[in-house]
Amino acid sequence: MYTLSNRLRLFSIVLMVIGLIGLIVGFGQRPGSIQEVKEMMAAHDAHGGGHGDSHAISDDHAKNTHGTETHGASEDAHGGDAHYEHVLHQLQNKPWAALYVAAFFFFMIALGVLAFYAIQFAAQAGWSPVLFRVMEAITAYLVPGGIILFVILGLSGFHINHLFVWADPEVVAHDKLIQGKAGWLNGTGFIIRAIIFLGGWMTYRHFAVKYSRLQDEDATGNKWYKKSFKISAAFLVFFIYTESMASWDWIMSFDPHWFSTLFGWYVFASLFVSGITTIALITIYLKSKGYLDFVNNSHIHDLAKFMFGISIFWTYLWFSQFMLIWYSNIPEEVTYFITRIEDYKLPFFGMLAMNFIFPLLVLMNSDFKRVNWFVVMAGIVILCGHYIDVFNMVMPATVGTSWFIGISEISAVLLFLGLFLFVVFRALTKAPLLAKGNPYIEESKHFHY
Amino acid sequence: MASKVIHALYIDDDILMDAVKKVRSEHYHIEEVYTPFPVHGLDKAMGLPHTRLAITAFMYGCVGLTVAITMMNFIMIKDWPQDIGGKPSFSYLENLPAFVPIMFELTVFFAAHLMVITFYMRSKLWPFKEAENPDVRTTDDHFLMEVDATNKNVDQLTELLSDTGAVEIKVIDKEEDNH
Repeated sequence: MYTLSNRLRLFSIVLMVIGLIGLIVGFGQRPGSIQEVKEMMAAHDAHGGGHGDSHAISDDHAKNTHGTETHGASEDAHGGDAHYEHVLHQLQNKPWAALYVAAFFFFMIALGVLAFYAIQFAAQAGWSPVLFRVMEAITAYLVPGGIILFVILGLSGFHINHLFVWADPEVVAHDKLIQGKAGWLNGTGFIIRAIIFLGGWMTYRHFAVKYSRLQDEDATGNKWYKKSFKISAAFLVFFIYTESMASWDWIMSFDPHWFSTLFGWYVFASLFVSGITTIALITIYLKSKGYLDFVNNSHIHDLAKFMFGISIFWTYLWFSQFMLIWYSNIPEEVTYFITRIEDYKLPFFGMLAMNFIFPLLVLMNSDFKRVNWFVVMAGIVILCGHYIDVFNMVMPATVGTSWFIGISEISAVLLFLGLFLFVVFRALTKAPLLAKGNPYIEESKHFHY
Repeated sequence: MASKVIHALYIDDDILMDAVKKVRSEHYHIEEVYTPFPVHGLDKAMGLPHTRLAITAFMYGCVGLTVAITMMNFIMIKDWPQDIGGKPSFSYLENLPAFVPIMFELTVFFAAHLMVITFYMRSKLWPFKEAENPDVRTTDDHFLMEVDATNKNVDQLTELLSDTGAVEIKVIDKEEDNH
């Protein structure tokens, strides 16, 4: 049995407290009026330099994001208040967007692990059962993480904050394209779908973990294992549809004019690789603390292979999406990437280096995949890279050119990291670290490559 | 010089694996193992050195990438630039996304084909080559371990092999030249 050390418990609580305080400060620093924005921008010389640039696209943006008041005024607004109004809205959105990115990022780790776990059962994998308890513990975050995400989504869907422009009736009234999509993109439908998605995933998680524990107690006839197999296969079918729809709802709808048919896959690749990386990191951590002596370096090797492979899969999808849009150059599509390349150059290309080039070079060699510190180093870079990936998907439509990694972003990450560590490691203490009833557990213990 | 080998046949890959480990721990030299399918971990159990095929694959991939870049730079940029979809091809870098699929494909193409050819050459395989297989049953359901028995106590070795679960043991005298 694993026992949660006081140091780790304290560490996670400290992270949560610092994150919470930081977030409150972040929300408190939001400018309340145009006057404050002007003062802030005057104080920022560097920002003043980029003024003309950001103004040029603000017209385009006004339509996409915050058409409320700027819409009529934007023509004569050169140097007028419309631009400041626009920046004001972006800065007011910023802590919300930071909170959303972090909440989604840690939730997607738990969801990715859940999908990976289900695949192990559906495929009747023989190598992985020694890691099942680690996976089950990580998916424990699905419940608190999902509830928090649901609350934020509810607030956004009913326009308490301004994250989703389609939730703003003023914008929709002037926007034919969003009106055409209103049958799908409306607060009520949004919340109902979120309940179905999150409820379905949590239900599977509940029963999968329950059956796994029952199988430990009574392995005769593998009765519980067979049930696990059945619900895992059913879950995977449910998951791939709902994950795809959730990615439209929760991420793609930030840019309601834009669409991409492989977006669900793209988000899936991102959450899958983040989840697998987290399994590897937590496994290596537990091994370093003297637990999991039945996990050998072949298991780490296999996880690292998945990290390598899914990173390349992610790049493949990223590129497939990018190249077709870049090549066809259709204005309503290409605006997505123009915004990102012009305003988010560093995170946009930095993410590619972190999510593709770095894991490609570091994890290509077979021997390196067994060296723990190589896997940890690659894993940390991959996780940071995928945080930036979510950042790039959410921020351009919510804060536009006013982005920077500030106190809100860092605090939100700390808050959810603390919560994640606390929930995951507390869940680890709930059951023995070896799923001894699993019929493949002997094969898994002797797994060697 | 005549050499002497023992052919021991097995009918299960797990038994074979244990036998290989046992025979090696008794300091006999296993010359070769013939199996109907690849047995996972057998190379490590036999103590074979790590394959260097992966290194050649990396180098061939680099060659393929270079060929792709050089070729397309000449064709699309230098020799005959065209205006495709409003993207005039005067700069390789600005048109890079369009070239990436070809760069990828040629990397894979070179790595795969040259690696297969290297593998054939290294294993001395070519079309119509007569098989070196000592017993046709190893192409069906038997596993054959060839142990060097030159200057060894044959009876002791035979006993060891039958202990490991061999179903058939043959002592073969062979001339060096037909090896």
